[in-house]
Amino acid sequence: MKKNKKIILLLFLLFAVAVILVSPFIGMENISLDTILNFNQSNIKTDIFWRIRIPRVLIAFIVGSTLAIGGMTFQAMFRNSLATPFTLGVSSGAAFGAALYVKLGFLFTLVGITGQTIFAFAGALLSIIIIYLLSKIKKGFSVGTMLLAGVAINFFFSSFILFIQYISDFTHSFRIIRWLMGGFEIVGYSEIYNTLPFIIIGTIIIIFLSTELNLLTLGEDIAISRGVNVKKIKNILFLATSLMVGAVISVVGPIGFVGMMIPHISRLIIGADHRYLVVLNIIFGGAFLVLCDTLSRTLIAPAEIPVGVITALLGGPFFIWLLIKSSNSNTTL
Amino acid sequence: MNKVLFDIQNLNFSFGKKEILKSLSLKIYEGDYLSIIGPNGSGKTTLIKCLTGILTVPNKKIFFKNIPIENITQKKLASQISYVPQVNEQSFPFTAKEFLMLARYPHLSRFTSVTQKDKTAVEKAFEITGTKEFANRQLNTLSGGEKQMIFIAAALAQGGEIILLDEPATFLDPKHEEKIYKILKSIHQNENKTIVTITHNINSAILFSNKIALLKNGEICYYGNSNKITEDNILEKAYGKKFTFIKHPFSQKTIIVPEEV
Repeated sequence: MKKNKKIILLLFLLFAVAVILVSPFIGMENISLDTILNFNQSNIKTDIFWRIRIPRVLIAFIVGSTLAIGGMTFQAMFRNSLATPFTLGVSSGAAFGAALYVKLGFLFTLVGITGQTIFAFAGALLSIIIIYLLSKIKKGFSVGTMLLAGVAINFFFSSFILFIQYISDFTHSFRIIRWLMGGFEIVGYSEIYNTLPFIIIGTIIIIFLSTELNLLTLGEDIAISRGVNVKKIKNILFLATSLMVGAVISVVGPIGFVGMMIPHISRLIIGADHRYLVVLNIIFGGAFLVLCDTLSRTLIAPAEIPVGVITALLGGPFFIWLLIKSSNSNTTL
Repeated sequence: MNKVLFDIQNLNFSFGKKEILKSLSLKIYEGDYLSIIGPNGSGKTTLIKCLTGILTVPNKKIFFKNIPIENITQKKLASQISYVPQVNEQSFPFTAKEFLMLARYPHLSRFTSVTQKDKTAVEKAFEITGTKEFANRQLNTLSGGEKQMIFIAAALAQGGEIILLDEPATFLDPKHEEKIYKILKSIHQNENKTIVTITHNINSAILFSNKIALLKNGEICYYGNSNKITEDNILEKAYGKKFTFIKHPFSQKTIIVPEEV
């Protein structure tokens, strides 16, 4: 069993390495290996390769990993495949923040982070706080109710965004829509590196608590009776995950469904043991988003499809498939 | 007199406005096999959940080995108290072996992996319950009875000296029911565990346990020797119905026969 799991991880690692190595060469402008290895000659293609493609691939990988393990953690905590930061409204909160920033016509940068990112992050935090309070106020708040609350939060923020767009002029409106689609081409690279502290700390915490995640998937009662300090652990996980996902989304925009599809598929592939699952999610989530981003650059080149559109097109049907497949909405893990 | 493990003193517990336990006092002694019986909604499950730390109780109401339960860390509590919940239809995406290994959590340190001691405990739990054949099966593929046995095995692997069970045999066929009670008896006698089990089967409580606690409306209305539960209309008063008794042909204990309707 354990050996099999390690082989699976190794195969996915090879897949990820292959994707990462190939992806930077493909795009609007295909670049050959010779061009890169020719160090003496500086030309546009080498510039594109080193300054644009390589960072972009790395960022796509980091974002994909973060969304995947974030989704995995929420799914385990709430024992439901549909419960991810995205479905619970973190993205729509971020989108609301970003839209508000554009509308207000601010243009500022704080310690290297754009105002839009800061506003988006604040919006993400707002929805996190709402979900958290909802889950605390009412004892025995079921996962089903929680998901419905997420839907409500999504609607609420979406209506606000629509309203902002309605009263905005054309350029503002376009900037908002563009942000809502999510993607890496709108990203400044320094911003993504600013999110690294959140990502690194969050990832370490989740890896550290993987046994607790295993116990949480058995249900809170069992987890407590086995000695897990459920309240504390859940608070830590909730905070760490939300911050890291919120940080990523506030930079690249709402890239939907990665956090739902990847952890679910990973669980089908390697089982529910989070000690392996977390590693697979990091590798698979990262590689998947690099792949999607490569598609986004090539499908209708020279134009680009925002990567959020691609993941959403894949994710919608997947979501419905999950709904149909799971007979009991409270435990679909 | 044996050592007192649990000392519950005037415990009140309510969910919102609904009072579940009313000034309940009870002592649970080391080495006992205690059955908790009572009508539906009398607070049996709530009581057990208070003892495991799943439900948070008011301060200084439950003492475990003379220490207020709220002063004991959950991990320490779990290393001494094992709990077998009511098995329901929820999914458990683990193999039986993984499930038992997870039950070793209170003994694991964060920085070391599974030790030989953990492996031995899991092996032994499979042996005692006779469930070794299920070790590599997914829990979700097991039948209700098999799953229940694995849950008991997990409680053993957890290593607590006390095992609390919530209706371990309620939905099982007669064969699996008997198997569960045999395992409990063997755990009680051969492994020296204290057993506290909720049951609706009054006969099994009379036949297998040495003590019975009878709950009604959140209060204890009988606590003592299991043989005496059939005396003085105790059961009639608690359940609000007539019972017909008969002597068990082998053990000579008084048990209940089903009524004709």
